[in-house]
Amino acid sequence: MRVMVMVKASKNSEAGVMPSEKLLSDMGKFNEQLVKAGVMLAGEGLQPSVKGKRVRFANGKKTIVDGPFAETKELVAGFWIWQVKSLDEAIEWVRRCPDPMPGEESEIEVRPVFEAEDFGEEFTPELRARDEKMRQEIERQETQRQHKA
Amino acid sequence: MSDNQSGTTRNAVEAVWRVESARLIGGLVRLVRDVGLAEDLAQEALIAAIEHWPQSGIPDNPGAWLMTTAKNRARDQLRRGQMMERKHGSLEEAAGWAPAGAPSVEEALDDDVGDDLLRLILIACHPLLSTEARAALTLRLLGGLTTDEIARAFLVPEPTIAQRIVRAKRTLGEARVPFEVPRGEELSGRLPSVLEVIYLIFNEGYAATRGDSWMRTELCDDAIRLGRILAELLPNEAEVHGLVALMELQASRSRARMGPSGEPVLLLDQDRTRWDQLLIRRGLAALTRAEDLSRPLGPYTLQAAIAACHARARQSEETDWPRIVALYDGLVELTQSPVVELNRAVAVAMAFGPAAGLELVDALSDEPTLEGYHLLPAVRGDLLFKLQRFKAAQKAFEEAAALTNNAREKSLLQTRALTCQHALSERESRS
Repeated sequence: MRVMVMVKASKNSEAGVMPSEKLLSDMGKFNEQLVKAGVMLAGEGLQPSVKGKRVRFANGKKTIVDGPFAETKELVAGFWIWQVKSLDEAIEWVRRCPDPMPGEESEIEVRPVFEAEDFGEEFTPELRARDEKMRQEIERQETQRQHKA
Repeated sequence: MSDNQSGTTRNAVEAVWRVESARLIGGLVRLVRDVGLAEDLAQEALIAAIEHWPQSGIPDNPGAWLMTTAKNRARDQLRRGQMMERKHGSLEEAAGWAPAGAPSVEEALDDDVGDDLLRLILIACHPLLSTEARAALTLRLLGGLTTDEIARAFLVPEPTIAQRIVRAKRTLGEARVPFEVPRGEELSGRLPSVLEVIYLIFNEGYAATRGDSWMRTELCDDAIRLGRILAELLPNEAEVHGLVALMELQASRSRARMGPSGEPVLLLDQDRTRWDQLLIRRGLAALTRAEDLSRPLGPYTLQAAIAACHARARQSEETDWPRIVALYDGLVELTQSPVVELNRAVAVAMAFGPAAGLELVDALSDEPTLEGYHLLPAVRGDLLFKLQRFKAAQKAFEEAAALTNNAREKSLLQTRALTCQHALSERESRS
């Protein structure tokens, strides 16, 4: 399954305080672990909401709202996309994450990405796309060839 | 503690296992030099965790906890002399670390974890073992899957998989396979058997024709994850990146491969907006790494490059067929496989017209390995139809329909044969 892991904002992150060298290096190591485990698909840090904008949809009208936004703890300061076996595995990885906002209270939120319903049904076809079939056949022949070799 | 809480801990223990088991078993293999023993010790540590953690809570460093526990078990067994039953040449060596001057747990865990994992992969994918045994052992030792999960994934009874794994371990033990991680050319020589297993696991999921679809998708994910891990362990091996690219690009099309009522959608008819752009981006990046590392390109990289031609085309009309033909040229040369040649013929027809493709298909008609292969007449029928040679096309489709056992495919081919017949009678009525 795929999850989005969101690091929530804090007073400091919203104030544009850059992470310490230690945090950067710890986070770098953590990211390296994620990559080596084949878990990380993507990840980015976000600039404070003062640099952001919102488009509000209401009653058929669209209004553009400039940052900063008030509800600091609900804002996202950074995110990852992970491929994991279960939500529990994602939590286990989050437990290993260095404290993203040292000296402040902060949260990391894990949310599963919708995909099973698009994805699951695909894998019961009785007939496959021709190129897939051929590719599989190539593989079979490869295997036979290697066994003979 | 409530049932709910202990259930939560149980799930957490399983999650730790998923994250730690490969490193744990890898570290233990280095210490005891016996895959079977290493896995037994790791399992015992897991059971201890299931017993203790609901009370004590999950330790801060669960991997180290498991390692310490496993080592203690090994020491206990050694004291009781049970390990003497294992007539293994390296027993004394294994004993050496235990009582005095033992390396610290952290050392055991951190001391070249990469080598531990690589060793484990190479052992699990040892050429001595059958492909099926390699796949089962790899999922078990590297993927952290239970025997039951592997059995469900491969749609075989659990005892079959259990037997397969036991026998594989015995074979490895009896052959006394060396535990040193090979380097250089020797390592490169071992790679094909590893890549083959990972791709087999992927295809088992991707080309699933039966069974529990959910578990099969998991198999694709497991394979891609193994590939990504291997790519980090061996960053300079082009074909590893080639294989990762191939799997990411193929997986990117998963959502578009089937229509609303479960019917398969051919590549050229797929809704490309449903392709997974994140996987495409990752696949293309992996392909670039592979291409930068190797000239000439290996078979996985070539197949990934072909998949990339499709991934790059926003509409099927934009597909760079001449480039695909050129890539197939390379693949034909490498594999000498008539099936690849048939694929190439399809690409040639797309690039240079059906007549050019047909010429190549006809040249393959005497190929003994393609005898009884329904896609040969099916492709032939398709090209003949495009050339408006309806009578010959009809015959080819009928031949193809007779050759396949797949009901849906058979009916599709019969329909196409009928279409030829209609086209024929229409033409006759006009003249």
